[in-house]
Amino acid sequence: MDKLLHIQNNEKVNRADIPHLPFDTFRQQLLACAAAGGQVVQFFAYEDQGVSKLLAVMRTDKLYVGGCDAPDSFASLTAESEKFHMFEREIGEQYGLKAEGHPWYKMVRYHANCSGKKDVFDNDYNQDIPGNYPYFSVEGETVHEVAVGPVHAGIIEPGHFRFQCCGERVFHLEIQLGYQHRGVEKLLQSVPMKRMPIIAETIAGDTTIGHGLCQAQAIESLAGLQVDEGAKIVRTIALELERIANHIGDLGALSIDVAFGPPAAYFGRIRGEYLNLSQILGGNRFGRGLVRAGGVTHIMGDEQKQLLRDKLDELTPEVENVSELIFSSPSVTGRFDNTGIVSKENAEKIGLVGYAGRACGLKYDARVSFPTECYGGLPANSNNRTDGDVCSRARVRREEVMHSTRLITSLLDRKEEAQSYTPQEIQLASQSFVVSINEGWRGEVSHCILTDEKGGILRYKVKDPSFHNWTGLALSLRDEGISDFPLCNKSFNLSYCGFDL
Amino acid sequence: MESIFSFCFAILIAPLLPAVIQKVKANFGGRQGPPLLINYYTMAKLFKKGSVYSTSTTFVFRMGPVVGCATSLMMLLFFPLAGVAPVFSFHGDVLILFYLMGLGRFFTILAALDTASPFEGMGAAREAFFSTLAEATIFGILVLFYRLTGSLSFAEFFTGTQPIAITGAHGAQLILVIIALYIVMLTENSRVPIDDPTTHLELTMIHEVMILDHSGPDLALIELGAWFKLLFYSGFLAMLLDPFQLQNVWLNGLLFYAVVTFIYITIGTVESITARYKMNMVPKFILTPFILVFFATILTMELIK
Repeated sequence: MDKLLHIQNNEKVNRADIPHLPFDTFRQQLLACAAAGGQVVQFFAYEDQGVSKLLAVMRTDKLYVGGCDAPDSFASLTAESEKFHMFEREIGEQYGLKAEGHPWYKMVRYHANCSGKKDVFDNDYNQDIPGNYPYFSVEGETVHEVAVGPVHAGIIEPGHFRFQCCGERVFHLEIQLGYQHRGVEKLLQSVPMKRMPIIAETIAGDTTIGHGLCQAQAIESLAGLQVDEGAKIVRTIALELERIANHIGDLGALSIDVAFGPPAAYFGRIRGEYLNLSQILGGNRFGRGLVRAGGVTHIMGDEQKQLLRDKLDELTPEVENVSELIFSSPSVTGRFDNTGIVSKENAEKIGLVGYAGRACGLKYDARVSFPTECYGGLPANSNNRTDGDVCSRARVRREEVMHSTRLITSLLDRKEEAQSYTPQEIQLASQSFVVSINEGWRGEVSHCILTDEKGGILRYKVKDPSFHNWTGLALSLRDEGISDFPLCNKSFNLSYCGFDL
Repeated sequence: MESIFSFCFAILIAPLLPAVIQKVKANFGGRQGPPLLINYYTMAKLFKKGSVYSTSTTFVFRMGPVVGCATSLMMLLFFPLAGVAPVFSFHGDVLILFYLMGLGRFFTILAALDTASPFEGMGAAREAFFSTLAEATIFGILVLFYRLTGSLSFAEFFTGTQPIAITGAHGAQLILVIIALYIVMLTENSRVPIDDPTTHLELTMIHEVMILDHSGPDLALIELGAWFKLLFYSGFLAMLLDPFQLQNVWLNGLLFYAVVTFIYITIGTVESITARYKMNMVPKFILTPFILVFFATILTMELIK
């Protein structure tokens, strides 16, 4: 790792300062970092003056960045470390750079690459192939295949799941997404500055604040904008409210998935109450339009503070009671325990993030490791149960809800007030690079911006936590009953559109 | 005349009672729940619709709902609801009836397989497996009842010379039978904790997934069949539970349906306070009542005087 550059979260770096290594050194450096327990934050290709280049941001307890000129085909890093597997597939799909020796090299989202090179997967993109893609198949007389999606019952997003089963037992699950690919990254590179936050907030509808915050911080860093303490408090509270609302909704959904109705009804209502708190804070139940580069659009006055405090005092005991109802009933814990286990070893190999990772015993929490906004001065959370099963994932969420409530309560006691927000002309620094990382409710959200010599955006890279965690869902189903899939799926609750971009 | 009236009343009330379960579950969740007449509205809606058939299905697919509904109706024709003599009855009718019910299930399974959907095949496999296990209990109960009454007919079980009643000589064994039959009822009618009738997750369903492709009147017939079946089982249980045999037919009927409603309420309660079991736990759960019944049968042998 000695040849990679050590950087800070949200630090503006001159692109010239990023070590530009020969590919072989670059590869060896990344693998060494991965072998030392490092994880991939960003690993992507971009084009600069007609030349394809690679750039990687790795994290151990620090952040490192490095880059290289990309050969048209290169020796796959996945062949030696699984941590790169999705990233290499994405690089192949987006820029037509082939990773030789990748064990499972296929498209991620099914779209033609933007560099005009020959497609590395030999796909004909004129054909619509929902569900009819090449997939891993197990052969044998008793093996049968179950195909689910991309159109599902209920109101979930499109995704295709292919199970290889023997009776009720699942050997292998392969997940194919991309049905919601909108070209977010390309769009962000082309729209006027004032539209950018609106797009960022819609990358994944349930992580509005998470993605919005990442973008705002990245732009602030590149444009040299300062954010006052009051605005930081509002942003932190907004992110935590988003976390609580989503966790509560999912705990309810988990209980209805095991046919335990009452908590679902209670949590359904309580989730709405937390969304209403977001509205008090920022004027929108889902956090839209609150976070903007340079500050926040809504000021939190004493009246709002009091409303939040009162409502939290009222809701917290209710949340505790309903969680107790779920976790104290033996039939529910009987279903949650030992279902959908991802071992700590596997979790590390594929780089699980967020609560899914913490439920497997990986400590990583971006709020602690790379604190932004107010997180530097706030206490960290710790989790009691980390067995990697559905029960652990559910318990981690319950603990996080309580932790987030404590954070909000302590932030509400701070005196700083946010200054009113006035939109201003934003000029990004030229030839610069920034990576921003935040702990969204689902896990590590990261945006990365590279600018060209005029200060325009050369490459905008978005990574939702789902990009890591979908593989975790596939692994949790190994040797599990197929009827437990919905439960495992809900315990991860990953984003389709956040992955598809 | 009484018999036919009793039968017609049962058919009319069968859709009402499941709404009681929904009400109870809604109450546990702090909700209002659908109106009690919801199922009549649903029926009216479904019968007005047309059915959609996949081009990959054959006549077997269309037969499933009809046979399923007809066999459930047969059960009510032969069962002495509220102690009123059934419309039909002959010696040995119980054997035929339970196999008729098996026939109904056989056609439902065939119809599910006919769609060639991987989900429905999976549901069909589960249904076939679990109901085979439940059958052991049912026939265990019949063996026991044969030993108690010397007959194999519903009418003779409950209205014959030695009617089975909880207040009778064998009341203690009947408690075991009641528990066993309750579990069988939950199994055969796809209730929690074996199946979840309200879920939308195809991969976890047992019964519901088999009827995903049915629509309109076909779906209505399937629903009706399910309600008749549930009424039959809870009627069966109510006959065992109901301690009074009043002379007044009306009062007796009232009491009987009160007990039936109570059973529906307990189903709703069970569904509100337990989660469903993991699929691999279900066989153990279904085999438990067989052991209870087997034990009760051993007791009747009076091996120890």
